[in-house]
Amino acid sequence: MKKLSIFTDGLIKENPVLVQYLGMCSALAITISLNNALGMGVTVILVLLISNIVISLLRKVIPDEIRIPVFIVVIATLVKCAELLLAAYTPSLSTALGVFIPLIVVNCIILGRAEAFASKNSVGASILDALGMGLGYTAALTVMSVLRQFLSTGTINLLNPFTNDLIFEFGVSEGFAAKYAITIFKEPVGAFLMLALIAAFVTWLKSRGKEKK
Amino acid sequence: MNLITLFLSALLINNVVLNQFLGICPFLGVSRNKSSAIGMSFAVMFVILGSSILTYFLYHFVLVPLKLEFMDLITFILVVACFVQFVEMYLKKMLPSLYRSLGIYLPLITTNCVVLYVCLGNISANYNFIEMLVYSIAVPLGFALILIIFSNIRERMENAKIPAPLRGNPAALIIAAMMALAFSGLAGLV
Repeated sequence: MKKLSIFTDGLIKENPVLVQYLGMCSALAITISLNNALGMGVTVILVLLISNIVISLLRKVIPDEIRIPVFIVVIATLVKCAELLLAAYTPSLSTALGVFIPLIVVNCIILGRAEAFASKNSVGASILDALGMGLGYTAALTVMSVLRQFLSTGTINLLNPFTNDLIFEFGVSEGFAAKYAITIFKEPVGAFLMLALIAAFVTWLKSRGKEKK
Repeated sequence: MNLITLFLSALLINNVVLNQFLGICPFLGVSRNKSSAIGMSFAVMFVILGSSILTYFLYHFVLVPLKLEFMDLITFILVVACFVQFVEMYLKKMLPSLYRSLGIYLPLITTNCVVLYVCLGNISANYNFIEMLVYSIAVPLGFALILIIFSNIRERMENAKIPAPLRGNPAALIIAAMMALAFSGLAGLV
């Protein structure tokens, strides 16, 4: 039961983006399309998972005074590997995400979880925590990107990042989209506005739940 | 002329906060009052300028000759982390009141994406030394400009009546959206 709550906390109650306001830079910047959001989400889950495992394994070896630099080196190594792998196997995704791949190093979620959770807990719990937080991050990104892409272009599509084949596409007719698409959601303005509205919605849901009890 | 274009576009048009979405954490975190916003801006400016000069030389005189370009991320983040530690020690000793008001956000400059973004940008854009200096001054200036304007707006908002779910960060993000709208009007400048 307790193990399950470690996992679900990250997903909803302590959602890194919408509740804790961490990792917002990438959440705002790359949520123009569903492709980018999922690519970023999966990369962050993998980096977070491996970094949590490594740091949790090393937690008794790392001296307390220099723990932050050690965490950063571990994370930077993993991110560099991810960057090289993405550039090699999914070149289109790698160009779309651009500088935000190396900037995963300074994504507060990863360092935050290393400091707050993995350095104090067992490997098993750290894996669950990484999966919960990573999926929570991906879920927030997915919701934002679906809404932004749909409102700004009228279609949502998903490409296979390895081959660039279309997996699915869904949308309104082109004429309708040309007339009513709200292109502002593609701009920075729309990113801030969308995140504000989703975060407010989550806050509202949480407060409503509390009143019922 | 080129340098002026570079400066203005990094400062206003491709503003780090409103256009590139970097440094959002300190942007929301320390903008509650003016004095800590100003302190944070100066700390960030100093860290960015110092660490981008260091990483620039490190890259061109150590990593390139040794063909270790792929180590850029790891060395850069270490340089940034050390530099932040240095600034922290200096402020703790010389300006304790500012140190206290910055609180947790000072060590967090390490994870401020703007710093690493400027260091990586200097390399990937192939800037020469002068361009690198101009860019590393313009970007944090843009950050400071937005942070200070934003903290002024937020101080005034303290007394405003806002619906409960929007209180705090959502309202701040909506203000940021409006500022982004205002700044997008400057896009034709260069």
